[in-house]
Amino acid sequence: MALISCKDLAVGYDNAAVAENITFELNEGDYLVVIGENGSGKSTLIKTLCGLIKPVSGNVSYDDGLKKTCVGYLPQASEDQKDFPASVWEVVVSGCLSSCGLRPFYNKKEKALARENIEKMGLKGMEKRRFGELSGGQKQRVLLARALCATQKLLVLDEPVSGLDPKVTAETYEIVKRLNDEGVTVIMISHDLTSAVGYSDHVLVMDGTIRFCTTKEYLETFNLKEKYNG
Amino acid sequence: MGEFFGQITLYFQFPFVRYAFIVGVLISLCSSLLGVTLVLKRFSFIGDGLSHVAFGAMAVAAVTGLTNQMLIVLPVTVASAIILLKNGTRAKIKGDAAVAMISVSALAAGYLVMNLFPTSSNVSADVCTSLFGSISILTLTKMQVWLSAALSVAAVAVFVLFYNKIFAVTFDGNFASATGVNSGVYNLIIAVITAVVIVLAMNLVGSLLISALIIFPALSAMRVFGNFRAVTICSAILSVSCSALGILASILWGTPVGPTIVVADMAVFVAFYLAGSFKRVKIR
Ligand SMILES: Nc1ncnc2c1ncn2[C@@H]1O[C@H](COP(=O)(O)OP(=O)(O)OP(=O)(O)O)[C@@H](O)[C@H]1O
Ligand SMILES: [Mg+2]
Repeated sequence: MALISCKDLAVGYDNAAVAENITFELNEGDYLVVIGENGSGKSTLIKTLCGLIKPVSGNVSYDDGLKKTCVGYLPQASEDQKDFPASVWEVVVSGCLSSCGLRPFYNKKEKALARENIEKMGLKGMEKRRFGELSGGQKQRVLLARALCATQKLLVLDEPVSGLDPKVTAETYEIVKRLNDEGVTVIMISHDLTSAVGYSDHVLVMDGTIRFCTTKEYLETFNLKEKYNG
Repeated sequence: MGEFFGQITLYFQFPFVRYAFIVGVLISLCSSLLGVTLVLKRFSFIGDGLSHVAFGAMAVAAVTGLTNQMLIVLPVTVASAIILLKNGTRAKIKGDAAVAMISVSALAAGYLVMNLFPTSSNVSADVCTSLFGSISILTLTKMQVWLSAALSVAAVAVFVLFYNKIFAVTFDGNFASATGVNSGVYNLIIAVITAVVIVLAMNLVGSLLISALIIFPALSAMRVFGNFRAVTICSAILSVSCSALGILASILWGTPVGPTIVVADMAVFVAFYLAGSFKRVKIR
């Protein structure tokens, strides 16, 4: 059975659909890139998949193995947290909350997981730094480490590379790809067509009409268009 | 100096002074813990609005002649807190306008009720007491002291038990929800504690000055510290010491309790503001 499947899904706010007729299936280990113009409803779709907002119509179903508590979400960057007094450690370890349940404090295992992910993202030695004063790229890595604490199964990334320089962008893609190779299913929104699509195996195009296809099919039609235009 | 301590010991022989001191310290502890979250969620003005609602409820409660006015004030304030914080998360009418509307309505209605059904000969003194808390803390009954103490301990306990969740929900509510933390429930908990703390703090500083107890310690701590735990602990320490000092000073010099505490909080804020600027300069 598919890990996530959407059937005739319409997403939006307050019962007004922003995007409709979304149908796709993702299997474990897939890497899906969502592309589309500003305002086409990409973030809205992702929030629906994470259960943050209700679908306007249609439904999303998850594989039994993937409870809602296993989604690692990296929200679109916001300026809200600039002045927030939170250390890198506090942010990363908060990803472990899902496994805490009603237990008030983190146990050894969760702290070890947080430490491991901090190391994985190359943030060792920065645990005490204030999150708000980090550079954009460092922040994204902190949020990625937090998302990894929350899941070993499904990572949902909303424009993880916006505002990053080409080198850090490439690094971020490499990290995500490495996680994907380790078996983590990835859903990523990106505006950076050429490189983002290159890492993926499925593409969801949201431009008024919704198209879901494999990356190979996407590249073929894309090349075809290029040829006709050129 | 000796004279100073002598006078303090003298005053502390009166039970009502001891009560006032204990309750004051507990209340300021709660309000500072909560203040960090409210300031960071940009909900400080909701605290302000709620304190006015509590004033209105107090006026109505006084008219009914109930001995324990908290029985009316507490539920009304809790209900308003839930409504306001819910609104704050997905505001349709401008959230701040709604808060302002509710708070002035409660203030006006409260004052009107106090004048229409005066419970004592000196209405303006009553109003002044509820707004600035000038003497009400020294007139607490034993029952009220116990109730305040129990509620403050409960508020602190809830805060400590849910500390990590409150951090996650405050820092990034969307992420917390996505990983299965029920943000709605924790926002509700925050709303209820806010209301309880505000009703309690009315006894200490009066309803117009409650915001100071909530905001100043948090802002002072945030000037100097860069992580949530340090900010929380520091703001608790600052708030408790300012209240303790304020209460002692007001006893010694006969100044009104509430304003004295708030001035102490303000002075600490100025000191921390300067310290923060100094620290920032040094880093660069
Ligand atoms: N909280 C909200 N309430 C109501 N409407 C919203 C809300 N957030 C976004 N929208 C609307 O939904 C539409 C889709 O927004 P969404 O954020 O999904 O776009 P997006 O594809 O992620 O764009 P971008 O590339 O700029 O991130 C937009 O027209 C936007 O105005
Ligand atoms: Mg978006």
